[in-house]
Amino acid sequence: MVIGLEHYLTVAGVLFTLGILGIFLNRKNVIVILMCVELMLLAVNINLVAFSVYQGNIVGQVFAMLVLTVAAAEAAIGLAILVVYFRNRGTVEVEDISAMKG
Amino acid sequence: MLLQAIAFYVFAAVCVASGTMVVVSRNPVYSVLFLILAFFNAAALFVLIGAEFIAMILVIVYVGAVAVLFLFVVMMLDIDIAKIKEGFLDYLPIGVMIGAALLAEILFGLGVLGSTSTVSTFSKAGGQLDNTRAIGQVLYTQYFYLFQVAGVVLLVAMIGAIVLTLRRRPGVRRQRISEQLYRPKEASVTVVKVPTRGGV
Repeated sequence: MVIGLEHYLTVAGVLFTLGILGIFLNRKNVIVILMCVELMLLAVNINLVAFSVYQGNIVGQVFAMLVLTVAAAEAAIGLAILVVYFRNRGTVEVEDISAMKG
Repeated sequence: MLLQAIAFYVFAAVCVASGTMVVVSRNPVYSVLFLILAFFNAAALFVLIGAEFIAMILVIVYVGAVAVLFLFVVMMLDIDIAKIKEGFLDYLPIGVMIGAALLAEILFGLGVLGSTSTVSTFSKAGGQLDNTRAIGQVLYTQYFYLFQVAGVVLLVAMIGAIVLTLRRRPGVRRQRISEQLYRPKEASVTVVKVPTRGGV
């Protein structure tokens, strides 16, 4: 019963797939889609940290921290856009967000 | 070693289960709460392999800031949950199909589906330094500019969020401190001669 790299990568893969599945299922609610994106970024972080510890190289954890920073920035900007959009349109359904269609 | 394996399986199971609940939950508030649970369990997984600093950062940044931000927005927007969940199952077949294909590809790429006989264990190298000190020694020297750029990214996000959501409503009285302080006596005080028993 040794826990190795493959176990962590499997958990990360399952989480990433769950994020993609959530984007498909919650086609109407942008907030849940943003949460699914956060879930996928978490899976990426698990991968980075697992490989970092596996190879004994600390740089992977530094990059995981940068991913965390970008994820926080993305959540803040995304939610701000969502709030402005809801204030103007009164809805957060994806199908209605077509003001910029080309 | 057995204890570590049990802890890993418990944390991984709860993490995946709460990730599933994020996706399928009917109420967005429950989704946020399950997202917080998933982050806590991922932090526990990080602690298990000795990445304490990232685990604590994950708890502080994600649970303390991002998840609370999500919770605020979910509660602030008045969303009709029943309406938004109407076509929930429309995309279930194609979603499950694509998800299953992707998961199979990932697991196949890992070789988990092929041979599980060999497990690549984690190295115990770098035992003389604790995790936080090791990260600091790399982050503040070799990756110093990257660290600064991360700060700039956060600053841009903050300014962007404020600029996006700031709203000036017409017809709202605001304080204009300097004008209020500098207004002359003549502009604000008038002496009225009131006749006796007459009132104003």
